[in-house]
Formats: sequence, C-alpha cells, structure tokens
Amino acid sequence: MALLSALLIGLVFGAGIAVSGMINPAKVLNFFDIAGTWDPSLAFVMGGALMVVIIGYRLVLRHAAPVFDWRFHLPQRRDIDLALLGGSALFGVGWGLAGFCPGGAIPAIGLMRPEPVLFVAAMIAGIAVAKTVQRGSAARSDNEQ
Amino acid sequence: MTEFTPVQSLLGGGLIGLAAVLLMALHGRIAGMTGILAGAFASQGDRGWRLAFLAGAVAAPALLAGLGGLRIAFDSPVPLVMTVLSGLLVGIGVTYSGGCTSGHGVCGMARLSRRSIMATLCFMLTAGLTVYVTRHLVGGM
Repeated sequence: MALLSALLIGLVFGAGIAVSGMINPAKVLNFFDIAGTWDPSLAFVMGGALMVVIIGYRLVLRHAAPVFDWRFHLPQRRDIDLALLGGSALFGVGWGLAGFCPGGAIPAIGLMRPEPVLFVAAMIAGIAVAKTVQRGSAARSDNEQ
Repeated sequence: MTEFTPVQSLLGGGLIGLAAVLLMALHGRIAGMTGILAGAFASQGDRGWRLAFLAGAVAAPALLAGLGGLRIAFDSPVPLVMTVLSGLLVGIGVTYSGGCTSGHGVCGMARLSRRSIMATLCFMLTAGLTVYVTRHLVGGM
C-alpha cells in the first residue's frame, strides 16, 4: 500500500511539473531573463505550490503521525552555515546555466529526450562526488579530535 | 520566447503542492526531489517509497502526453556540454545545501524555515545572475 501510495504521489508531482511548465528549461531560463524574453509564469508555480503546502502542512502536522510511518521526518537544523549558502549559490549557477532543477529534470526524463537524461546522470555524478568529499572531510576531522 | 501561462502554472504549482502535502500526510516526508533521489541511491535506509515516487514522477509526463494527448512544451536552448556542466554543479550544490527548489523552495519555505528561506534567496539570485551573464554579457545563446 505504501509503495502504491508513493507511486501515485509521484504521479501527481510529475503531472504538476509537466502542467506548470517547470519541465521546460526554456521557460525556466526565460523566468530568470528579466532583461530579455521574460516569462513570469514560474512565479505562479511557486505561488500555487506554496499556497497549498502552507495550508496543507498546517492541517497534516496536527496529527500525531503520518499514515505509513510512525513519525513525521522534519529537518531539525536551524543554523545558516557556509555549506547552505555556498551550496545553494552553486545550485543556482547550475540552474541558470541550463534551466534544469532536480524536481523538473527527473519528470522530464519521461519525455524521452536526451537532455534530461544527461542532466540527471551528471547530477547524480555531482552528488556522488560531493558525498565522497563530505565523507573524506568528516573522517579527517574525526582523526584530528 | 515562451508563452506566459499563469493559469496552467498556478494549476501545476497546486498539483506539486498537493503531492507535497500528501507525501507528508501519508509518509511523513518532505517532498524534496534531491533528498528523495540521494536516499534512493544510499546503501541503507528505506529505498522502496523513494523509487516508487521517482517512477511515478517520470511516468506522469509520458502518460499525460501519450494517453492524455497533452502537448507538453519542451525546449533545451543551450549546448549539451552546458547541460552536463550544469548537472554536475547542481548535484554538488544541492548536496551541500541539503535541498533544491522543491525541498527548500516549497516545503521549507511553507514551514517558514530560516535555512530554506536563505537557500531559496541564494539560488534564485545566482540563477538570475547566471542567466544575465550568459545571455546579456558574454553574448547570446
């Protein structure tokens, strides 16, 4: 049941990405091109999503636990550190170069075009490299202590 | 040029939001694509729901276009080498920032998380600057 539920929720997510235009790199790039061929549509994507989630989370998080798990997995960190700012800045540069973000690119694989496949493969490689470096520096700081 | 589509974009955004609310209500999880993807490749942990979610996300546009007959606009206007470089940067960036547009931008901002608000401001700003530089300073692509 939990797997079927996750599959259906993934379908809703992917449909939202496709209908909203987030799936289209040209549209994403035009959203950022205020000085050129500006297309403000994506502000409506984020606005629509935020409206639903702000209200929905309020209703959902009143309950003791979700249906298929014994607790809600919510991020606990509060600190603003260099990894957060530097990482998101780097993500923004990558997003601005080609117009793909992870949430847009993965559903885009379903369109059977080479670009999203190449993007996602490169992204997975980037994640693997960064995780390896993170593990290395965590191991080094453990040895120093 | 792309067409201004406020109604479809609002509707699509609402569906993305609905998916995020359902994932929290049923699975207790943040609908961050980066976290879901990274967890699906991890050696331990619960990979089942992650792989099912990813499969659904990939199947949706194919179903809408194939069975639904919906025309889904798609145009990747930069050279492939740029797309690959972009993927590498996005992968490294999201690993350090712990989230992307869906995780920080939607789920985190809806929770009024300071980390997510800062991350979203940061990646919006650098994405805008990058588009400005590549399209208007180093000459059009």
